Amino acid sequence: MPLGPLPAAVPPSWYLTLSAILFALGVLGFLLRRNIITVFMSIELMLNAVNLSFVTFSYMLKRADGHIFSFFVMVVAAAEAAVGLAIILTVFKNRQTLEIDEVSTLKN
Amino acid sequence: MDALLFMIFAAIAVICGINLVVQTHPISSALSLVGVMGALAALYLLLGGEFIAAAQLVVYAGAIMVLFVFVIMLLNAGAEKKPLLRSWGKYLGAPLLLVFLGMMAYLIQQILPASAPVVFGAFQGGTAAEIGKSLFTVYLLPFEVTSVLILVAILGAIVLARKEVD
Repeated sequence: MPLGPLPAAVPPSWYLTLSAILFALGVLGFLLRRNIITVFMSIELMLNAVNLSFVTFSYMLKRADGHIFSFFVMVVAAAEAAVGLAIILTVFKNRQTLEIDEVSTLKN
Repeated sequence: MDALLFMIFAAIAVICGINLVVQTHPISSALSLVGVMGALAALYLLLGGEFIAAAQLVVYAGAIMVLFVFVIMLLNAGAEKKPLLRSWGKYLGAPLLLVFLGMMAYLIQQILPASAPVVFGAFQGGTAAEIGKSLFTVYLLPFEVTSVLILVAILGAIVLARKEVD
């Protein structure tokens, strides 16, 4: 990456790098956090990062297909959020906890 | 100007993303996620995705985050008690993450060395008319399958949330 005075416009690779940074932050939150809702929000962050990549590729190829894909990702994320939060509600009703370490029936 | 806008919104996105990971209370993480999504919507506008930027604000920052905040309030979720990092995470995970990021950045810069810079307004194909045209011609089947998926998700959410504790 060339240093020095800021150019008038940035190349698309900077957008892709930002996408990689956001994706890595999502992975970090997914692995480190114990609260099941925060883990879920980290997944949403990863999906958003991938969407940024899709839109950037769409710009580079000058086609609208990437926008369609990111639209579908949004729809899948909405469906996933609805079902996932319902599961979280049920888990909380049964166990009175949001700590993922304490929901370990499948482990033992 | 374009570079300045990119820098501002990229900085907002990264700072809010870091805040999402380090905050202990879920409601702070949720508000940080709203910040990330708003910054990303601005970046989509810079890339010429008008429709996607609007959908990002309405669907993500609006609908999905309201759902999250609703569940956080409903369950009265408190702050996490345990420390953020387990011992192996501190000494193995963080360096590995930095290595991964460095490799990604290097690869991206290598694969795309000299592409034309992103200029606002250079790509006009992201309007609602263009998106709708390809959504209802080329991508008609995925679009219809998506509606079935949404229906199944709604039914699943209702069934799961109504289940009685036995």
